[in-house]
Amino acid sequence: MFLSRRAKTLLGLLTFGTLAFIYVPLLVVALNSFNPSKTFSWPPQSLSTVWWSRLGESKGVFPAIISSVKVGLGATAIALILGSCIAFAVSRYTFYGKNTLSLLVIFPIALPGIITGIALNTTFHTFLDPLGKELALWTVVVGHATFCIVVVYNNVLARLRRLGQSLEEASQDLGANIFQTFRYITFPLVRSALVAGGLLAFALSFDEIVVTTFTSGPATETLPQWIFNNLFRPNQAPIVNVVATMLIVLFIFPVWLSQRMSQDGSAGGRL
Amino acid sequence: MKSNRLNTWLYRHTGARAALLLALPVLWLAIAYLGSLAVMLVSSFWGVDSFTGNIVHTFSLNNFHQLISQKVYSTIAIRSIGVAVAVTFIDGLLAIPIAFFISKVLKPRFRSVVIALVLVPLWASYLVKTYAWRSMFSDGGVISWLLKPLGIQGPGFGLVATTITLAYLWLPYMILPIYAGLDRLPNSLLEASSDLGAPASTTFKSIILPIIYPAIIAGSIFTFSLSLGDYIVVKIVGGTTQLVANVIADNVGTAGNLPFAAAMAILPIVTILGYLFVVRRSGALENF
Repeated sequence: MFLSRRAKTLLGLLTFGTLAFIYVPLLVVALNSFNPSKTFSWPPQSLSTVWWSRLGESKGVFPAIISSVKVGLGATAIALILGSCIAFAVSRYTFYGKNTLSLLVIFPIALPGIITGIALNTTFHTFLDPLGKELALWTVVVGHATFCIVVVYNNVLARLRRLGQSLEEASQDLGANIFQTFRYITFPLVRSALVAGGLLAFALSFDEIVVTTFTSGPATETLPQWIFNNLFRPNQAPIVNVVATMLIVLFIFPVWLSQRMSQDGSAGGRL
Repeated sequence: MKSNRLNTWLYRHTGARAALLLALPVLWLAIAYLGSLAVMLVSSFWGVDSFTGNIVHTFSLNNFHQLISQKVYSTIAIRSIGVAVAVTFIDGLLAIPIAFFISKVLKPRFRSVVIALVLVPLWASYLVKTYAWRSMFSDGGVISWLLKPLGIQGPGFGLVATTITLAYLWLPYMILPIYAGLDRLPNSLLEASSDLGAPASTTFKSIILPIIYPAIIAGSIFTFSLSLGDYIVVKIVGGTTQLVANVIADNVGTAGNLPFAAAMAILPIVTILGYLFVVRRSGALENF
């Protein structure tokens, strides 16, 4: 290589510095969740688990988690169906507007969440107001499903392209019909891509706040909304630290798992 | 017997199979989603009855007139684009060395570990990461504690905190494409360059930079457009700073002026599409 030892050391230090920049804020949140002081002045004077044990007393966390799980499951289910339909159509058939469709799938995630949010908000109000209905949990599910489709689509499409069609052709040559081929050949082969895409879609939905804000009714509060509404309240901030720390740990594991399972791309669907 | 006939029919009609697969997704994305975007664009020409607060469905250019004539909005627009450019610049500056170190200096067996270290926080909750910077910048937080011995006061919540937090959030989106670009660059090119007597700076300028240029552009699409559309960060660490996205959000929420918000939302859409159009010439989009 053309670099001197000194240049390599310098690059190493820069890399170390950037990694510190990435991880230090997360560690600060985790440490603050053990900080008994309510003002969180740095450095913590002592450590205690007082806020962790008071998590149960906090109003609204558990209903918020339940709403988030419901929305996540609903959005993931819709995204799994629609995303794999598009992936199969795009990889196996030629049709008019194919390129437009594959671009359209990316749109909801490429445009800022606030645009998708307002667009859906306007439409919901246009159609629901005359019926006397309000925004609710199902409108959030619709919003989330729209931008989750791309994650499933990317995972399934990558898998289908890698597999090719020879196994399916062999199955049909041996007399299996379309449904048998799908059930015994295609589905088992794409199953892990579906699991990976589904996990990523769920994670994306569970974390989302912008589209959520514009598609949820007054009675709904998801976990990110709960965090956002409570982090400005001095009395609730300690509990927010606890919830945030739990989320850091909880999030990283399933995502790591889904990336292991998908094998098709390093960044999953987020890139 | 029935399923057999359906099977034969489907087998013979390729078009019908494709149509069955596409019916639902097209209904959802092309009709519902694109339709919503269209309704939003149209609604930017509507107005709000100042007395009842109801939306008035009559065509007018009032919203756009207001956006252009009031100086506040052009200041906010310029500030927002400035923040997006600054974030992109900071991320590029941080990402090039780390991507180069991982792909060209580090031994292969450590490579996947460090790349995983960069990737994993990408999936940690977005809100939690933003909240983390609130703890960093808060009064008596980590940053003011670090700067105190130097006799400097921390920047507190404001434009600086917003820019740093956004740069933090979107950094992996810049590192990954550059890393992928460098990974495709054979080491032999670098060795040839130094064998021919080029110093490291020349090699960087005439070999590395042209090769990672499309990757930097690809990364900048993420950092630029994500920054332009974000309003949560500025609400959490921005203090009273006004950016395009939170003006839009406030007009939907507290002010209840959806048509004006829709008119304002056209600015980031046009800026992002314009950026994509300019960038398409660099060939960066073909790598997606």
